[in-house]
Amino acid sequence: MTSTLTPARGRTAPPGHPPKPARWRGPLVAWLFLAPALLLFLYFKFIPMFVGLWKSLFKVQTFLGDEWVGLQNYQTIINDDEFAAAIWHSVVLALGTTIGSIVLGLGLALLIEGPARYLWFIRTAAFLPVVTTMAAVAEVWRIMFHPADNGMLNIIIGWAGIDPQPWLASEDSSLWSIMMMSIWRGTPYDMMIFLAGLVGVDRTLYEAAAVDGASTWRRLRHITLPALRPVFWILFTLAAIRGLRVFVEVYVLTNGGPNGSSEVLMTLIYKLGFQKNELGVASAGGIVLFLATLALTVIVQMLRRRQAT
Amino acid sequence: MRFDSALGLESRRGPWATTGKIIIYGLMVVVFTGPLVGLLMSTFSKTLDPTSFTLWPDDFTLDNFIQAKNKNVYLYLLNSFIVVGFGLLLQMLVSVFAAYSLARKKFRGMTFVMLLMLTTMMLPEEIIAIPLSLVLADLPVFHLNLIGTYAGMILPVGAWGFSILVMTEFMKEVPVELEEAARIDGAGELRIFATIIVPLCRPALGVIGVFGFTMIWDQYLLPLIVAPTSDMWTLPIALRSLRSDEEVGIGVLLAASLLALLPSIIAFLAFQRQFMRGLTSGAIKG
Repeated sequence: MTSTLTPARGRTAPPGHPPKPARWRGPLVAWLFLAPALLLFLYFKFIPMFVGLWKSLFKVQTFLGDEWVGLQNYQTIINDDEFAAAIWHSVVLALGTTIGSIVLGLGLALLIEGPARYLWFIRTAAFLPVVTTMAAVAEVWRIMFHPADNGMLNIIIGWAGIDPQPWLASEDSSLWSIMMMSIWRGTPYDMMIFLAGLVGVDRTLYEAAAVDGASTWRRLRHITLPALRPVFWILFTLAAIRGLRVFVEVYVLTNGGPNGSSEVLMTLIYKLGFQKNELGVASAGGIVLFLATLALTVIVQMLRRRQAT
Repeated sequence: MRFDSALGLESRRGPWATTGKIIIYGLMVVVFTGPLVGLLMSTFSKTLDPTSFTLWPDDFTLDNFIQAKNKNVYLYLLNSFIVVGFGLLLQMLVSVFAAYSLARKKFRGMTFVMLLMLTTMMLPEEIIAIPLSLVLADLPVFHLNLIGTYAGMILPVGAWGFSILVMTEFMKEVPVELEEAARIDGAGELRIFATIIVPLCRPALGVIGVFGFTMIWDQYLLPLIVAPTSDMWTLPIALRSLRSDEEVGIGVLLAASLLALLPSIIAFLAFQRQFMRGLTSGAIKG
């Protein structure tokens, strides 16, 4: 700021007297404008982060006071079958949702690419699931998943001659049913990002390929998909950050059941923390989730680098 | 040959291509809006099958919304609006202030601040839910208990990295000449900020406004840990308690779900352009 300020003043103020306060005033103003954001981040992001790290080393007791247990909470997690199952379910759900949404999103984006007016309408309609409130939409799906013959989805698959499914009510299908809803909600988002990426593909390449007699498939394979590579990585990175932390969908649809078959890390942590009051173990679970997210992000970034070179 | 798209579907005409297109596009609209349309129709129906939706209201009625009053649904709705109203106001103010500093000032430590912002975006809020509940119960230094207060639901959403970054990117584009002219005229920092920078950023305010609205409206875990008693519940977390009702079956749940869905859908439809803009810029920034 001083660099723009000094010459401007120079016209009115006599030379040789640089305005003294400007040297510290600029930064001070900057920090003052930043203060509200930094304070809120400090209180509701960073302090909780360190409190979580700290408490994960204690057996937290409300009245007796905290008792130092070192890494025992982490040992509990590593040895606990429930945690292992929950981590596995989180990973399956995250991967399935991510891949399903990306593949479907790309397919649909290719189908509805174009400037026509009616395509714009379809895009808007298809995008609605993304902006909906998760809890409400999950309640709607919970009703549609009704396992009896007259459940909505069972009626629909009945038209195709498929037998009624138990959906959320069975240990074998609960996780897949949740994944189905998550893909329904995630696909339009990916579709929109792909559409934005498709706009940037050089049209003359398509025309040149057509002149050379290349088929639609070869055009896709050699022009469109390579051009979309950055978009794939963006979506994958976003999904890696978001995927493992899934909570609301599972909490509303099954709350981890039946018999723990759809328990994910966050629902387990929530139960430990707020129902069983095991705040120390729950905090340690949060740290594990953080480390897993971090590891996944780093792996995705490394793959991306390797691809780029 | 001209190509407007990768597949070149638009140039394909003829009866087969047209039928194929109608089927594909129709199916897309049905799949993605079907559940929402089903909800809308069923909510206004009298004879409700508790396991299924009607796609056309047999018997138009507002019964479910009247029953909803007895179940405190409108109180939950009011709570949601209080939280989103003050939360969004705070969030937008904080974002605009922070962005002004990040976009227009140079100072030591700026890279560090940017790094902090990015960290908060990479750090999913679910992970800190448990310790956040401890912090909210006894705020360091102030020693306030925010559990069971609106402030407990509003303050944590006050600063949002996404919103700040979108605003910062936009402010960088605002030309410096106007600001310099005002500075020569002797305008103070706050005056420049309020009369020049903020009005020029109106398009970006729309973007962070509509995103902030859906983000705060969709909050679930935060009200869940902050609101222990039902009089503080927001609509999303109240839905679970409305599942079974002797008199109207799932009617109240449907009415409440519809009320929970409508505001963000309306916000999206009204601010579509801003929404799409924020979506692509947000995604590309990661």
